[in-house]
Amino acid sequence: MKALGLKGKTMEDMTRRDALAFAAGLVAITVLPLPVLAAEETAMDEINKFVGGGEAAESGRVTLETPEIAENGNTVPLTVMVDSPMTADDYVKRVLIVADANPRPGVATFHFSPKSGVAEASTRMRLARTQNVIAVAELSDGSFHMAKSMVKVTIGGCGG
Amino acid sequence: MLSRRDFLQVALATGALSGAGNAWPSFAAGTMLTEAELLAFEPLGNVTLLHITDIHAQLVPLYFREPSINVGVGESKGLPPHITGKAFLAKYGLEAGGAQAYALSDQGFSTLAREYGRVGGVDRLATMIKAVRAERPDNTLFLDGGDTWQGSYTSYQTQGEDMVRVMNALGTDAMTAHWEFTYGTERVTELLEQLAFPFLANNVRDTDWEEPVFDGIATFERGGTKIAVIGQAFPYTPVANPRYKIPTWSFGIREEAVQAQVDKARAEGAELVVLLSHNGFDVDRKLAGRVQGIDVILTGHTHDALPDAVTVGKTLLIASGSHGKFLSRLDLDVRDGAVKGYRYKLMPVFSDIVTPDPEIAALVEEVRAPHKAELNRVLGKTESLLYRRGNFNGTFDDLICQALLEERDAEIALSPGFRWGASLLPGQDITVEDVHNVTSITYPAAYRSEMTGAFLKTVLEDVADNLFNPDPYYQQGGDMVRVGGLGYTIDPGEEIGKRISNMTFLATGAPIEAEKNYTVAGWASVNEGTEGPPIWDVVEGYITNHTTVSVTPNDAVKVVGV
Repeated sequence: MKALGLKGKTMEDMTRRDALAFAAGLVAITVLPLPVLAAEETAMDEINKFVGGGEAAESGRVTLETPEIAENGNTVPLTVMVDSPMTADDYVKRVLIVADANPRPGVATFHFSPKSGVAEASTRMRLARTQNVIAVAELSDGSFHMAKSMVKVTIGGCGG
Repeated sequence: MLSRRDFLQVALATGALSGAGNAWPSFAAGTMLTEAELLAFEPLGNVTLLHITDIHAQLVPLYFREPSINVGVGESKGLPPHITGKAFLAKYGLEAGGAQAYALSDQGFSTLAREYGRVGGVDRLATMIKAVRAERPDNTLFLDGGDTWQGSYTSYQTQGEDMVRVMNALGTDAMTAHWEFTYGTERVTELLEQLAFPFLANNVRDTDWEEPVFDGIATFERGGTKIAVIGQAFPYTPVANPRYKIPTWSFGIREEAVQAQVDKARAEGAELVVLLSHNGFDVDRKLAGRVQGIDVILTGHTHDALPDAVTVGKTLLIASGSHGKFLSRLDLDVRDGAVKGYRYKLMPVFSDIVTPDPEIAALVEEVRAPHKAELNRVLGKTESLLYRRGNFNGTFDDLICQALLEERDAEIALSPGFRWGASLLPGQDITVEDVHNVTSITYPAAYRSEMTGAFLKTVLEDVADNLFNPDPYYQQGGDMVRVGGLGYTIDPGEEIGKRISNMTFLATGAPIEAEKNYTVAGWASVNEGTEGPPIWDVVEGYITNHTTVSVTPNDAVKVVGV
């Protein structure tokens, strides 16, 4: 189980990957780094706001299905499922989806109640480039759980 | 032709689930190689799977040189199929300088090709398939891994129909697909009407509601055993090939959909579960460790030919090569719903040794007859061995790049890293058929445009990551984009953005400048509306202008860190 602290700069692997992408950006195009940094902070801001000082764990309870490589970055399908009995005593309240390198990282917030029966939702999102998509679920007991998956956005061609 | 030395004597494959024994025949000197010896196999168990894949519409015998470089990254580093040449022969205990080296490596290729002759030809394949079926009439299942309908002059002219007719006549039991989709939604739908067997693609969904477009699974009974075959189409077809040809079909690996289909098949009584896959070898190796309950993965896409099965847990991975060069036979002892033993042989189809099947030979003749004059039209001659297979530029790619530079008056040429395409020996004529064998696609426009140095770097980095991402699920298959007029250094083990360095404009020897525009000619753009003459006309123009072509090995691409 990996805890994701949300107050400090403890999103270690995400930061490392983004730092590399950032370095790549510097080589290819020299003007982009500022907005990328800004977006990264906003993604963390979004999550911080959602958990309100709590901590989200990668506990395996959240399943996030996204393609490994996007067929079309403008409309990338995602399905999020949270393992929960969805009873009055134990249910999923909300699920936040963020894309950490989009100019506007917030993708969606899904609201559930015990009457939802199952905590599952699907939608499509636009991804500006290769990045992590993060789902954070708030349960009725006040705990937070998360899942993360990387979606690659490529210029394509050449396969086969 | 065949000399007295290095002939095939079959020592039988003795595989067991413990993985004992090298399943390739030993080729002892002094024994005459015969069709019977190529086919010799001590049957085992109750099920025989025959597998071909990636024949790329090659109906008649050809030469095909295996790669000299196939870099593995991450967990695949140093593992088959990422071993080539001498190291490959050593790994499998195969003899250098003989039939084994000829079939499975690049070592001494031009010399051995003259000795052992061409490989493949569907009429030869038919003879071998029929022989196995005659021996095991109730036990045999013949499966095609896809990339069958594309890659030749006649498949392009008939828009895949010649291959559908041939595969029907071969009595194929099921197929999956990749390049088939490049004929577009409408044509694929038409061809499926003519197809006499299941076309399986469990991972293709419609873009509206994510509902299945094709059957995902077919069940068979052979030797009293219930067999489920799940088809897995190439997951990145709409990324690697033009999305506009199939705008409403969505692909992907969809691991959870594979698992669901396996579980359902088992629940319905399947005793043997086979994944007929076009994922590519490394993707299948990863998938085998994550999806439970698959007995056999018949791999495809990456064109690897391995003389022994690779095991991941209880799953057997088979790699049957490409271009009709091999027929795989896997015998399985299935009892109490489990595989108790297996025996495997990767059978090389040496065209001079195997007798053509008259029925299929007549059909091949029939489908080629209307195109005979064009197929045989000689454009020129090559002084060099022309081949494509390998992670970086092959000599045939260098010829295509040279044609693009010259015929399209460009500074830099880009040519796709396809893994298909027949080889030509030094001294051979180059015919229209030969040019089509390395260029035949449904989006052939040779574009000419301007690109900045920075954009060229982005292209190289992007393609390199599709090939060398350490996580196979993020790999797209294919090889590195081929370049003309441009040199670079690549470190495959690096991260995206850091693999490519020392980009050099070869005309002047100066470094490529990020802000500067270069005139670039290329082909196989996946973008709709790309304009230009078909690539085969460009290559034809170049060859006829030069009469005789000669290609010196490309030393402008330097690979480091491997």
